Amino acid sequence: MDVPYTTKPRSDTGLYNAKLGIWLFLASEVMLFGALFSSYILLRVNALEGTWPHGLLNIPIGTFNTAVLISSSITVVMAWASLKLGKFNHFKIYQGLTILCALAFMVIKSVEYKDKFTHYEVWFNDHEKKSIRGHIEVPGEEGNPWFMTHKKLAERKIETIKIHPDPKVTVASGKEAHGGAEAHDGHGDHPPVQEIKVADIKRLSAFVPAHSTYFAIYFTLTALHALHVMGGALVMAYLWGPGSKMWKTDPERFTNRIEVSGLFWHFVDLVWIFLFPVLYLL
Amino acid sequence: MMFRVRGINPMSLKAFHVVFVSSAVLLTLGVGAWSLNRYFQEGGDLNLALGAGSLVTAVGLGVYGRYFLKKLKHISYL
Repeated sequence: MDVPYTTKPRSDTGLYNAKLGIWLFLASEVMLFGALFSSYILLRVNALEGTWPHGLLNIPIGTFNTAVLISSSITVVMAWASLKLGKFNHFKIYQGLTILCALAFMVIKSVEYKDKFTHYEVWFNDHEKKSIRGHIEVPGEEGNPWFMTHKKLAERKIETIKIHPDPKVTVASGKEAHGGAEAHDGHGDHPPVQEIKVADIKRLSAFVPAHSTYFAIYFTLTALHALHVMGGALVMAYLWGPGSKMWKTDPERFTNRIEVSGLFWHFVDLVWIFLFPVLYLL
Repeated sequence: MMFRVRGINPMSLKAFHVVFVSSAVLLTLGVGAWSLNRYFQEGGDLNLALGAGSLVTAVGLGVYGRYFLKKLKHISYL
């Protein structure tokens, strides 16, 4: 017995099985991301004044990644439209481009994550001194160490570290800004390297979830989104490669599969359209 | 009950793409305004480039949206 409504829509709902299934799944995804967005808003609104970090993310990289994802949504819909018009070769090109965009997004995100894992903030025992952000040099470690903490420094009995502070940027209003997007621009004044006694350090943390509530929610949201990108890319790669054999036997059902994967991909991209301004700009 | 809004199935990829492109236009307009506001307050070539680039992208996406609807007018919203 054949399963009904795999290609033709039901007359009562107007949807074929897979489309109903993906929309039910997307509804659950809306609840998942909605809960996390709500958490973000509540954490931010209730944060003590002046404690919510600003400008710690690289806006040009984030903008570029946004452009990559928007482009991938265009290519994924073109892949589906190509099948609707019976142009399988065009589908292959557009679907391939979509997968490349997904990979590019992940590579760029990895570069961004790596920068966070090797970027530090140091707080001092002397409350009068402001914390410093920058990249550190630790004796016995080559280059810029990953995930270093003040506890690890104490365990290794390290006495001093060096920090390369982020550039100070004087903006038109006369205020000084540290780090962040302006620092990534590379136009700020580079303060000299400072040597710091470990005994003077109250806390040292990379820009990891343990750094602050901001980074905790940032990594939760972006890592969950990245998992969705990976999942979507895997499914699209299967449909581009071995799964595309179905085009010869059941083209209508294959086209529906591409539509369903395209709906998921659009949802993933739409989540990013909300994430980008909330995390990077506001 | 059929899912239809003015004869269009809002659950099709075509309809979702229109929603997505509209959201992307709003995003790029917002980023453009945000960046240009920063440029006028703080200066910086990067803010100017980002602002101008975002506004141009918003226009480009709008043009693309019209092209998309025109090109796929024979493909149903099912």
